[in-house]
Amino acid sequence: MSESTNFFEQAPDSPEIAARFPDLHPPFNKTAALVESNRCLYCFDAPCTAACPTHIDVPRFIKKIASGNLEGSAKTILDANILGASCARACPVAVLCEGACVMHRYNQEPISIARLQRFAMDSLHQSGVPLPFSPGADTGRSVALIGGGPASLACAAELRRRGIRAEIFDARPLPGGLNTYGIAEYKLPLAESLREIDMLAQLGVNFNFNTAVDAKKLIELEASHDAVFLGLGLGAIHKLGIAGETLQGAINALDYIADYKSGKITSAPERVAIIGAGNTAIDAANAAVRLGAGEVHMIYRRSAEQMSAFAYEYEHAKQEGVKFLWHVQPVGIRGTEKVEVLDLARLQATSDGSLVPKPGEDFELPVDLVILAIGQATHTEFLVENKVKLERGRILIDRHTGQTSNPKYFAGGDCTNGGREVVDAVADGKRAGIGIAAWLEGQNANA
Amino acid sequence: MPTLETSFAGIRCINPFWLASAPPTNCGEQVMRAFDAGWGGAVWKTIGEPITNVSSRYSSIDWNGQRMMGLNNIELISDRPIEVNLREISEVKRRYPKHVVIASLMVESKRDAWHDIVERAEDAGADGLELNFGCPHGMSERGMGSAVGQVPEYCGQITEWVKEKARTPVIIKLTPNISDIRMPARAAKQAGADALSAINTINSITGIDLDTLEPRPNVDGKSSHGGYCGPAVKPIAMNMVQQVMSDPQATLPMSGIGGIASWQDAAEFILLGAGTVQVCTAVMHYGYRIVEDMADGLLAWMRKKGYESLDNFRALSLPNVTEWKHLNLNYKIVARIHEDKCIGCELCYTACWDGAHQCIHLDRALPASNTSRTPDMIAAESRGRISTTPIPKLDLNGAGETGPYLTPLARIPRVDEHECVGCNLCSLVCPVPDCITMERVDNALPPETWEERANAGVVAEASATAGNPNL
Repeated sequence: MSESTNFFEQAPDSPEIAARFPDLHPPFNKTAALVESNRCLYCFDAPCTAACPTHIDVPRFIKKIASGNLEGSAKTILDANILGASCARACPVAVLCEGACVMHRYNQEPISIARLQRFAMDSLHQSGVPLPFSPGADTGRSVALIGGGPASLACAAELRRRGIRAEIFDARPLPGGLNTYGIAEYKLPLAESLREIDMLAQLGVNFNFNTAVDAKKLIELEASHDAVFLGLGLGAIHKLGIAGETLQGAINALDYIADYKSGKITSAPERVAIIGAGNTAIDAANAAVRLGAGEVHMIYRRSAEQMSAFAYEYEHAKQEGVKFLWHVQPVGIRGTEKVEVLDLARLQATSDGSLVPKPGEDFELPVDLVILAIGQATHTEFLVENKVKLERGRILIDRHTGQTSNPKYFAGGDCTNGGREVVDAVADGKRAGIGIAAWLEGQNANA
Repeated sequence: MPTLETSFAGIRCINPFWLASAPPTNCGEQVMRAFDAGWGGAVWKTIGEPITNVSSRYSSIDWNGQRMMGLNNIELISDRPIEVNLREISEVKRRYPKHVVIASLMVESKRDAWHDIVERAEDAGADGLELNFGCPHGMSERGMGSAVGQVPEYCGQITEWVKEKARTPVIIKLTPNISDIRMPARAAKQAGADALSAINTINSITGIDLDTLEPRPNVDGKSSHGGYCGPAVKPIAMNMVQQVMSDPQATLPMSGIGGIASWQDAAEFILLGAGTVQVCTAVMHYGYRIVEDMADGLLAWMRKKGYESLDNFRALSLPNVTEWKHLNLNYKIVARIHEDKCIGCELCYTACWDGAHQCIHLDRALPASNTSRTPDMIAAESRGRISTTPIPKLDLNGAGETGPYLTPLARIPRVDEHECVGCNLCSLVCPVPDCITMERVDNALPPETWEERANAGVVAEASATAGNPNL
C-alpha cells in the first residue's frame, strides 16, 4: 500500500512558528555564494570530504558553484548524500567538514561549506528539475525498511538506484523520522525535510505510514521480502524515576520539539526547566525561549565541561538567554493539577569522582513546564528470539556493509550507534544499501 | 630622503607615474583631477580627425571571482574636435606647469598632416609628442595606428616627418602585435625618435556569450578584435620592454606600459630600463586615487633598498635577463616544505604528480617512505574510511590527530629531493607564503651553460642525458 508522495504539501503550515524560528544561518545569495566558492583552495584528498560521514566531494561541488554549474553541484552532493539539503542545514559542521577545513590554519576562516551546500541544493529545488538519478532496471528483489528516518531513506535510495524495490514502514504519518520531527526549526524546517523526501520518492520508494512494526509484523515482512533493513532509531526518552513525572506539564524533549515543529504548540508558559545538557536539551531550551517563555533553565548534574552538547550549541543557548544550573539534580516534581515546583539537590564530587548531594542545599525552582532530555532508550524489544545480535540494546552491525548477525537483516542509524547525527544515519544507510545489493547479488551468483 | 623626481628624454617629471593615452585622459577636467590625485603626467587621449565610436566598447576577463584580470577595448581615438583638445591642453599646462602633458597624435600618413598636427600640439603647450603607432583596432583598418607600427619602414618614415618639425621630444608608441618588436623600435631610433613607449594593446577576443553565441564586446550582435590590456598583459609587456632595452640599435628612453597597477609593477618596469611608466586599466578599474600608494610604496621600497633616485636602480635587472643558452645548467635547487607552515591542502602534491615530476609524496605517517602510492590510491583510501560525527563524551580518547605540527603529519607532503628537478611548481601553487622554499643544493659542479657545452662539442649527449634528471 503506497501513499501519496507529495509530502511537502502535507506539511503543517504555522505562520507563527515560521516567524518565531527564522533561519539561524540565512542562505547565501548568488553573489555571496560565488565569492565564497572562489575562496575554496580545492584541496587534494580534501579533509572536509574525509570528515564528512557520507564523504561528499566538497571541493568538487564548491568549484561547480564557482563555474556556474549549479545542477552539477547539487548532483555531486546528492551522489554522496541523498539528504544533502537537510544535512546542509542540520549538520554540526563545526565538528565535521568546516571543522576540518585547512583554512583554519590559513586565514582562520573556514569555507562556509554548509551554506554553499544549501545554496546548491536550494538552486536545484528552485529549478524544479527532477532528482538527477533514475531507478535501476528492476531486479525483482525487494527490501523492507523499518523506520522512515534518514538511515532508511538513504538505504532506499541506494536500493532503488540498483533496481531493488524499497518499501518503508513508519509509525508516524509523515516520513523522515527525526529529520522531519526532531531538528530545531531554525536549522531545518519540517517542510524542508519533506521537500527533500519528495525528491527521493521520485526514485519509486514505497511508503507505509502509521504502521508500527511489532514482532509479528516483522516475521511477515521477513517472509515477503528478500532482506530487511532496520532503521528504527531510538525509543522514548528516559524517565527520571522521581515523583511527579506524570503530572501535566512534564513532557519529553522529543515530543516537545515535534509538537512545536508541527504547529501543535505555538507558545510556552513563563517558567520552563529542561533536564539534561545534550544537543536535544539545548534545542528544547532554545525552543521554549522562542515560544515565549520568560525564564528557561537547563539543569545538569555535572559541569559545563562534561555536557554532551557541542560547544557552539552551548554558546548559542547562552545567547538565546537560557540559564544553566550545573551540578544540580532534580529529586521531585510537585504540583496539584500540573507541575508547579521542581525540587532540586546540589551535588558535589566525592574523592572517587561520583556525585553526591550536598547536605542541606536542596532548593526549589518554581516551574510551569518540565522538559526531560536525558537521552533516549533503545527500541529493540520487538527483535525477539535473538533475531539479530544486540549490545546494550544497540544492533550490532558490520560497519562497512551494515549487515547484522542475521545475514538477511541489515541496520543503520541511531539504533546501531546509540544516537548520532542525521549525516551519520545517512552514511550508515548508504553503506547498508550498497551492502544489501552486494549480498543479494552474491545470492544470485550462488543460486 | 629618496625622490621620485626624474627626467625623461629631457622632460622634467615630478614623478614617473603617467596616465597612458586612453579614456582616463580624455579631457582637461579629467587630467586636472588626475594631477590633483598625484599623477605626474598624462598622455592625452590620441588627438586626430574626430571619429565616431560604437557602443559597447569594452569587455573583460574575470578570474576566480576577481574582475578585470584583462580588459579589451574597441574604442577609437578621441571623438572630440582637435581644437577642443588643444585648447584644454593649454588650459591644463597653464594651471599645472610642473606636470607633464604629452600629446598623443594620430593622423593620416601624409607629411603635411603630421607637420600640421605637430605644430598645433606644440603651440598648445604640450611637453612632448607621442606618436600612436600602436592602436590595433579600427584605426589600423584605415592605415593608421598599428598599421604603421607593424611596418618598420612606415614607422621610420613618419618619425622622420615629425622630427622635421618637432621642437619637443618625440616618443614612438610601439605595438606588440608584431613578431619582433625590436624592428620598429630600431626604425624609430634610426629616424631620430627621442624616446619609445611600449606596449600598446594586444589583439584579442575576450569572450563569447554562451547564451547568444555572440562575442564580447557586443555591438548589435557582432564584435571585432580589440586591444587587450590590464594585469594579464604585464608579463608580455615586460618581455617586450626588455627586448628593446637590451638591443643597442633600438634602445632609447622608454616609457613602460602594460598592466601596471602597483608600485611593485612600476619598480619592475624601471628595473628593466623604463624611465617612466604609464597606467590605464588600473585607473579605469579603481580611479586616479591608486597613484597615492604607487608613489608611497615605491618610495618606501627605495628607502629600504637605499636608492636615492630612480636612476639608482633603473635597468639594474636588465643584465640578468639573458638568452637561455647562457643559463647555468649546473645550478640545482630543490623544494623544501616547511612543516610548521603547511596547512595540509596538498595542492603541491597534486600539482607535482599531474603537472610536474611525481616527486612529492604523502608518506610521512607511514612506517617507511613510499613513493609508489598514486593520487588515486590515496583518494580511494580516504573514501573507504568510515568517519563519524564526534560526540565529546562518547569519543573521549578517540582518534584525535596529533603530531609535532599544527597540520596532521599524514597531510604534510614530503619532497623526494633526489627526484626533484627544481621546477618551482609546488612553491607556485602553495597558498601559504614561504611554506615551500626552493633551496640550492651544492652539487660541487662549476657553472656551465648550454653554449659552453655546445662549444665543447658535448651537446648532443648532454641534452639527451645530463640535462634531464628524469633519465
